[in-house]
Amino acid sequence: MSEKKETSSYSGTDRLNGQTAGDTRREDAPVLKIERMSISFTQYDRGMHQTSLPVIRDLDVEVQAGEMVAVVGSSGSGKSLLAHGVMGVLPYNAAMGGRITYCGEELTKERIEKLRGREIVLVPQSIAYLNPLMKIGPQIRRGNKAAEAREKLRGIFNRYELDEGVEALYPFELSGGMNRRVLISTALMEEPKLVIADEPTPGLDLAVAKRAMSHFRELADMGAGVLVITHDLELALEVADRIAVFYAGTTIEEAPVQDFEHEETLRHPYTKALWRAMPRHGFQYIEGTQPYVKNLPAGCSFAPRCPHRGEACGKEMDYRMVRGGKVRCVRAE
Amino acid sequence: MNRQRVVFLVKNILRVLLLVICVSIVTFALMKASPVDPLQANVGQAALGSMSREQKEKLQEYWGVDTPPLEQYLAWAGDFIRGDMGISLLYRQPVASVIAVKLANSLFLMAMAWVVSGILGFALGVISGMNRGKLADKLIRGYCLVISSTPVFWLALLLLMVFGVWLRIFPIGLSVPIGVEAGGVTFADRLYHAVLPALTLSITGVSNIALHTREKMIDIMESDYVLFARMRGETGWRLFKYYGFRNVLFPAVTLQFASISEVFGGSVLVEQVFSYPGLGQAAVSAGLGSDMPLLMAVTIVSALFVFGGNLTANLLYGVIDPRVRRGGEEK
Repeated sequence: MSEKKETSSYSGTDRLNGQTAGDTRREDAPVLKIERMSISFTQYDRGMHQTSLPVIRDLDVEVQAGEMVAVVGSSGSGKSLLAHGVMGVLPYNAAMGGRITYCGEELTKERIEKLRGREIVLVPQSIAYLNPLMKIGPQIRRGNKAAEAREKLRGIFNRYELDEGVEALYPFELSGGMNRRVLISTALMEEPKLVIADEPTPGLDLAVAKRAMSHFRELADMGAGVLVITHDLELALEVADRIAVFYAGTTIEEAPVQDFEHEETLRHPYTKALWRAMPRHGFQYIEGTQPYVKNLPAGCSFAPRCPHRGEACGKEMDYRMVRGGKVRCVRAE
Repeated sequence: MNRQRVVFLVKNILRVLLLVICVSIVTFALMKASPVDPLQANVGQAALGSMSREQKEKLQEYWGVDTPPLEQYLAWAGDFIRGDMGISLLYRQPVASVIAVKLANSLFLMAMAWVVSGILGFALGVISGMNRGKLADKLIRGYCLVISSTPVFWLALLLLMVFGVWLRIFPIGLSVPIGVEAGGVTFADRLYHAVLPALTLSITGVSNIALHTREKMIDIMESDYVLFARMRGETGWRLFKYYGFRNVLFPAVTLQFASISEVFGGSVLVEQVFSYPGLGQAAVSAGLGSDMPLLMAVTIVSALFVFGGNLTANLLYGVIDPRVRRGGEEK
């Protein structure tokens, strides 16, 4: 694939996902495919003794063009690392395993360094991710003063009903309601094929959170693949196409949202427990907490809390297809 | 807004008054507690022995030996408030004119050192912080740590020996050439004589600024906003220009103005080694020679300088940091 072709394929198109003729990449391949991703940190505990902390053990997820997939997991379970792993900005003491492919080709370190901020963009969770000393306008434009870039930004601001005056503000001057729209504007400045949203609704009230999510839905409808990392299952169900459930470092189920309408159509006991815990399904909770990554049980990490656990749960487990979804449970059928 | 400014102004005026009062009292008390006998120190034991009683009494009166301390201090303070800094006992000239000459010499030296150490320290700190753990960082950090643990006067002696004595590139001391009429001294001569002392001050000043800037730069490189910038594809020079520079500049500017005190302190030692007739040297000779009016004036001028540096840093912060500037206006 020549560099030149790649540039031309996403410059002059209105739609985000510029599938122009001549793009040599496979059109049918998923935009993003993560297989058996693992991320671990090297730590020193008790003097010079080094330990490895596996924060993500086994993560699989797939995003097609025009599709919105949500990775749902509880807060503090390390799911943001998934985004950092894909973007290639993990800290120096982290090691990543597994395979990431982008549009059918492996996403190597060199490739992501070329693509990030262009075809692959991330929308951060708060304005703490903006330079506090740079005005919003130039910051979103990344210092680009060209008339085109200004024009484009004005268009984006119009779309999100942001005043032109916002461009001259510093991040600390933004009001809470503007934050989300400003952050998502950074993604639209480019022509992304893959948008990763890292916890886009932290502590927002329902109306604002719904609106933030709907912005990402729009990006998917324009043709981009959207991966949302969130703790809010209910919100994700409203906008996403598919849900990947993340538990104790592994994705335990990946299912289309329709499957969440009834408990019976779900596959994994934990997903079912999540379903029952939703307010409209009776707010039932199960005992226990997610195990800390240092003392994960062998085999299924949910087994200690699972009502159906048996001997086979202690063994290595495949992520297999069941009824059109994927599940990591020996009992599911 | 206007009220805020008035409060700020009044606060700082009170602060500086308090500072001057405290500094003058402490200096005076230390001087009185010093075991140096002004007569012996300035006239000499032998000369003193051969003097008549009347002569000695006259001298004692001149140096104020018999005046009660409190009376002496109050007399000095009264004059000082009226703008009269008195007559230097050693130089037999008004203190104000002595200070003016010495300050001009010192300022020249200190300004050179201040600018060089500021710019160089900032650059080294930034390079080091952005390349943390790499060779450049190790070299710069090594240099800074070695220099921080080197006494200024020793470094001054070393430079003096190498460049003044062995290589004979620079003069061994003083601020003007020896044996040249005052009128014949050129600016180039002054510059030439200030190089070694200024270099000494710069070398030591650099390490402090560089180490602080490095720490700050590392914090910035690990911040969320740099992480996001990297995810947007920014690297190297652009990352520094748009994200690193602005954020590291503010703390560096504050540091730079606060470091005036260090340059001032260092200059006392360096001027001594290079026999450079500046404020620092005047302070030393005034202290050893019991020249109370001169010493008081020198310490107060120094205190004002340091205070001014810190105040400037505070004010600049308000001017250049939008969070302070605009945030303040909104209130």
